Amino acid sequence: MILAPLIVLVPFAAAVAGLAVGRNRIAAARIAVAGAGITLAVTITTAVAVWAGEPVLDVWATVPTGWLPITVATRADGLGVTLAVMVATVAFAVQVYSTSYMRPEPRYGSFAALVSLFTTAMLLVVLADDLIVLLVGWEVMGVCSALLIGQHWERPEARAAAVKAFVVTRLGDVGMLAGILVLADQGGSFRISALQASATASPALSTGLVLLLCGVAGKSAQVPLHVWLPDAMVGPTPVSALIHAATMVAAGVFLVARLHTVFLLSAAALAVLAVIAAVTMVLAALAALAQDDYKRVLAWSTSSQLAYMLGALAVGGYSAGLFHLLSHAAFKALLFLGAGAIAHAVGTTLLSGMGGLRRSMPLTFLVSSLGLAALAALPPLSGFFSKESVLSAAEEAAVHGGPLPPWAAWLVLLAGLLTVLLTAAYATRAWLLAFAGPTRSAAAVAHDPPRAMRIAVVLLAVPTAVLGLLAFAPSLVARMLDPGVSVAADPPGPTIDVLPALLSLLLVGTGALVTCAQWLRRGGRDPALALGDVAPLLTAGLGVDRIYDAVFVRPSRALSRLVVAGDRDVVHAYVRGTGRVVRAFGAVPHAAQAGRVQQYVTAALAFVVVLAAVGAGASR
Amino acid sequence: MTGQLLLHAALGAPLLGCLGLAAAPRRAADAVAPAVGVAVAGISLAALIGVAVVAVPQGTDRQQAVTDLAWAPALDLRWHLGVDGLSLPFALLTALLVFCCSVYTLRVRPDGGRLRAFVAVVLLVDVGMLGTFLARDLLLFFLFFEVVLVLMWFVIAWWGDPHDRASRTSAATTFLLYTVLGSAVMLVGLLVVHAQTGTFDMVELAARGGEGIGRGAQLVAALAIVGGLAVKVPVWPLHSWLPDAHAKAPTVGSVLLAGVLLKMGSYGLVRVAVPIVPDGVAIMAPVLGGLGVIGIVYGALACLAQRDLKRLVAYSSVGHMGFVVLGVASLTEAGLNGSVFAGVAHGIITGLLFFLAGAIKDRHGTSELAALGGGLYARLPRLGALLTFGAIASLGLPGLAGFWGELLALAGAFRPAELLDRPYFLALLAVALGGLVLTAWYLLDVVRRVCQGDAPGGSEVTGIGDVTPHEVASWGPLVALTLLLGVWPGLVLIVVDPAVQALIAGAGP
Repeated sequence: MILAPLIVLVPFAAAVAGLAVGRNRIAAARIAVAGAGITLAVTITTAVAVWAGEPVLDVWATVPTGWLPITVATRADGLGVTLAVMVATVAFAVQVYSTSYMRPEPRYGSFAALVSLFTTAMLLVVLADDLIVLLVGWEVMGVCSALLIGQHWERPEARAAAVKAFVVTRLGDVGMLAGILVLADQGGSFRISALQASATASPALSTGLVLLLCGVAGKSAQVPLHVWLPDAMVGPTPVSALIHAATMVAAGVFLVARLHTVFLLSAAALAVLAVIAAVTMVLAALAALAQDDYKRVLAWSTSSQLAYMLGALAVGGYSAGLFHLLSHAAFKALLFLGAGAIAHAVGTTLLSGMGGLRRSMPLTFLVSSLGLAALAALPPLSGFFSKESVLSAAEEAAVHGGPLPPWAAWLVLLAGLLTVLLTAAYATRAWLLAFAGPTRSAAAVAHDPPRAMRIAVVLLAVPTAVLGLLAFAPSLVARMLDPGVSVAADPPGPTIDVLPALLSLLLVGTGALVTCAQWLRRGGRDPALALGDVAPLLTAGLGVDRIYDAVFVRPSRALSRLVVAGDRDVVHAYVRGTGRVVRAFGAVPHAAQAGRVQQYVTAALAFVVVLAAVGAGASR
Repeated sequence: MTGQLLLHAALGAPLLGCLGLAAAPRRAADAVAPAVGVAVAGISLAALIGVAVVAVPQGTDRQQAVTDLAWAPALDLRWHLGVDGLSLPFALLTALLVFCCSVYTLRVRPDGGRLRAFVAVVLLVDVGMLGTFLARDLLLFFLFFEVVLVLMWFVIAWWGDPHDRASRTSAATTFLLYTVLGSAVMLVGLLVVHAQTGTFDMVELAARGGEGIGRGAQLVAALAIVGGLAVKVPVWPLHSWLPDAHAKAPTVGSVLLAGVLLKMGSYGLVRVAVPIVPDGVAIMAPVLGGLGVIGIVYGALACLAQRDLKRLVAYSSVGHMGFVVLGVASLTEAGLNGSVFAGVAHGIITGLLFFLAGAIKDRHGTSELAALGGGLYARLPRLGALLTFGAIASLGLPGLAGFWGELLALAGAFRPAELLDRPYFLALLAVALGGLVLTAWYLLDVVRRVCQGDAPGGSEVTGIGDVTPHEVASWGPLVALTLLLGVWPGLVLIVVDPAVQALIAGAGP
C-alpha cells in the first residue's frame, strides 16, 4: 500500500522545504501547517482502510550487510496506524499552535522544520517492520528533541539540557542496539514480523529484551534514565507538548507494545519492566508534588504516567497500556498547550507567579481543569477509564496470575494505587495554585491566547473528554490496536473491574481533599509546604542527578584530562625517543634538523622515483 | 578495453596536469594552476565514475579493467592495475575529495604562496592515492603508498599553519619519519611474502589464501604488514603523529590526510593482510580488535578535553578508525563490509568537518575553542548549522552515513569468525558501545561550545561572512553524500559485499 510510505514522506518534504525557505516565516508557517495537515489527512485515510480491512506489510528495499539483511519494510497494522493518527493529530495541533506561540521567535523557520522532521521520524518508528529502520527513526527523534530543547541556546540551562537529553538517552540506546543484535541473532532477522513469528522462550531472548528495555527507559524517561526529562522543559512549550509528553517519550511504550508477543515469552524481562515501571511511577509522582515550575510538574507527571503504560504492558494488559497511551497523549499535550497559554499571558511557568487565572483566562482555565481532572483520573474523562483499565489489568495478573511472577504484578498494582493518591494530590495542588485564590499582580492583565492557540487546545480538549467512551467498546479498541500478528487469541480490549475502580476513586478523593484542606488551612498558600524539609529533596528528584555526576560525568572528565596529558607526555615520548635513537645511529645525520629536512625529503622522493626507473633500466 | 582506458585516464590526468604545471612558465602557471587543478580532478573523477559504470554491471567480486605489464623484471615489479568492489569506493572517495579540495583552492589560497607548486603536489598526491587503491602488485602498491607519504611532508611543512612555523615543520617531520618507518616495516612483510611465494601478484596471492606460506612465515609477514599499516590507520598507540599533522596541515591537507590517507592503511589491512596471510592475521586479530576498541574510547576521551577545534577533529579520527579496525579484526563478512563503509563515511564526514574547521579558523584567525567563544549560530548561522550537521553525522546518527559502518563493525564483533574467541569479542563490543556514548557527548559539547553559547571573545575578523557560494560548491557533495549514504547504505554495500565475499572465500579455511 503506497500510503504508508507517504505518511513518512509528506512531513519529510515539509521539513526539507521548511529548511529551504529559511527565514521567510510566513512561507515557513504555511509549509509547516500544510505539511502537518496533509500528513494527518493521509494518516487518517490509511488508518480507516486498515481498521476496516487487513494489516498491510510492504517491503520496499533490502540492503545486504554480510550478516542479516536490513529490510526497508512498512507495517500498517492497527497498532501502527492508530499511533500514527495520534502522532499526526498532536503534530498538527502543535504546528497550528506554534504559528502563534512562536511568532516573536527569530528562528521560527528552523523550529518548524525540525518539528516536521521529528514528526517524520516518529511516524517511521510506528510504521517500521525492521528493527534497524525503527532505530533510524528512534535516533533521529532523539536528535530533533535535543536540537529543539536547545532552541533558546542563549540560555545556559537550555544548552546543558540539550546535551544531557541526548547523552542520557544515547546511554539507553546503545543498550538497545546491543539488544537488537541479540534479538536479531537469535531470531535470524531484523524484521519485527519475522522475530514475532520465530521467537521462542530462551535465556538469549530474555537478555535481548532486557537490553532493549535500556532504550525504552531512556526514551520514556524511566528510572534510572529519567533524569533528562524535567530539564528538557526549558525547551519551547509546543515542543514539550509534542515530543516530551505525547509522542517521543511514548515511543518506548510503543516499542514494548510492538514486541509484546515476544515480551510475553519472557517472564524475566516482564518482571524487570514491572520493577522499572513501579519505581518510576511512585518516584516521579513524589517528585511532582512540590515543584514550583508548572512545566516540571507536568514533566515528572509524564514519567509517572508512562510508567503506568509500561506497567500495564508488563502485567499483560496490552490494550490497557495503549489505551492509557492514547488518552495521556491527548490530556498531557492539552495541559502543556494550556501551560504555554499561561506562559504567553503571564510570562512565567512558575506556579508562584500564577494564581486566580480562572477569571482572566476562562478558556485556558476550562481546558486545563479538564486536563488535570483527566490526569487525576476523575470520571467520566478519558484518564479515568484508561487508568482504571491499567489497574484492572494489574489486579487480574496479581490475583489470577499473568505472564509475569505474581510478586511483580502485585508491585505494579500497589505502586499504581499509591500513585493514584499522589497524582490526585499534585494535580489538585497545581490547579489550586494556578487558577484558584486571589489574582496576583502579573496575572491581573492576563488574557486567553490568540485564535490559532485556541483552535489547537480545543482540538485536543475533545479527545481528552470523550476518548474514555472507548472503554464501552472493547472490541473496537481491540480492532484499532490489532498488533498485526496472528496469535492464538487476539489481545482483548480494555476491561474495567469494579473493585479497583472504587478503591482508586476513594484514593483520588483522599488526595484531592487532603491537598485542598492544606491549601485552605494555609490561607491559599502552597499546600506542599506541609511536606516541610522533605520538599526540596523531592523537588530535586531524590538527587539522582548527583549520583550521575559522581559516577559518570566527573570520572569521564578526569579520565579525559588524563588521556590528553598522557598522550602528550607518555605516548608521544617514545616517538621523540625514536627520533633520538635514529639520530644516534647516524642514519639521518643532521637531517631532521629544521633547515635540512626539505633536502632529506626531496632526496627520499627522488629515491622512490629513481628506484622504479633504475629497476626498469637494469632489467633491460 | 574501455575500462582500462578510463582507469588510466583517471590516473594519467592528474599526472599530466602536474607535469604541465611544472613545465609551464611560472607566472602564467600560478594564475591558471587552481583552474587546471579543478579541470584535471574533474576529469579524473569523471573517468572513475565511467569505470564504475563499466565495471559494476559485470560483477564487483572480481577484478575489472585489468592491466598487467612487466615494468621492472629485475625487481619483479609489474604495472598491474585493476578495480573491484573493494577498491572502487575508496578510489571514488579519493577522486571526489581531491575534486572538492581543488574547487576549494579556487578561492581559498593556502598560506605560503607557491600556488603552482601546491596544486602540482596535490595532483601528484592524487596519483599516488589512486594508485594505492588500484595497484594489484604488492611492490607497486608500496611505491604509490610511499609517494603519497613523502609528498604530504611538503603539504604540511610548506603550506601548514602560518602562525607556527617551527611546530608545523616538526609535525611534518614526525609524520614522515613515523609513517615511512611504518611502511618500511610493511615492505619487510611484503618481501617475506615474495620470498615464500615468488610473486607480488595480489590477485593470485589472495586466491591462494596463504597457501604456500608457512605458519611461522605468515605470522612474521602479518606482524610486519599489519604493524606497518597500523601506523597509517592509525591503531592506538601508534597514533601520536596524527593530531599534530592533521592540526597543522592546511585545510586541503587535513581533508586529504583524514579523508584518504588513513583509508590507505585500513584498505591495506583488508586488501593485503587479511587475504594474503590469513593465518597470521587470525593470530593477531584479538590484539588488533583490542587496540581498535581502546582507540575508540581513547579517542573520545581525548576529544572531550581538547581545547582546539582542529585537534579535536583530528583526535576524533582515532576513535572512528577504531571501529574500522574492530570490523577488520572480526574477520567476518559483516565486519569487513563495516570497515570499508566506516572508512568511506569517515572520509566524507571528517573531510567535511575539516573543511568547516578550516573555514572557521580562516574567519577567526584561530581554532582555539576558548578564543572562538560561542555564538556561531548568531554570528555565522549557516556555518553553525553545517557544523552541527557534521557533528551529528560524526557521532554516528542512524540515518546518516556514519552509522552503518559502525553498526556492521559491531555486528562483526557480535558474531566474530569461528576461530576467534566470542566472549572476548563480546567484551570488546560492550566497550565500543560505551565509546559511542562518549562520542555523542563530546560532539554535542562542540555544538554547545562553538555554535551555541554567549561566551564573548569570538569575532569574525576577515569579513568573509557566512558560507560563500563557492564553499557551498566544494562542500555540497560531501553533505549530499552524507545524507544519501545515510538513507541508502545499499549504494555502497551492494558494490562492496560481493568483493568481500570473494575475499573471505579465498582466505577461508
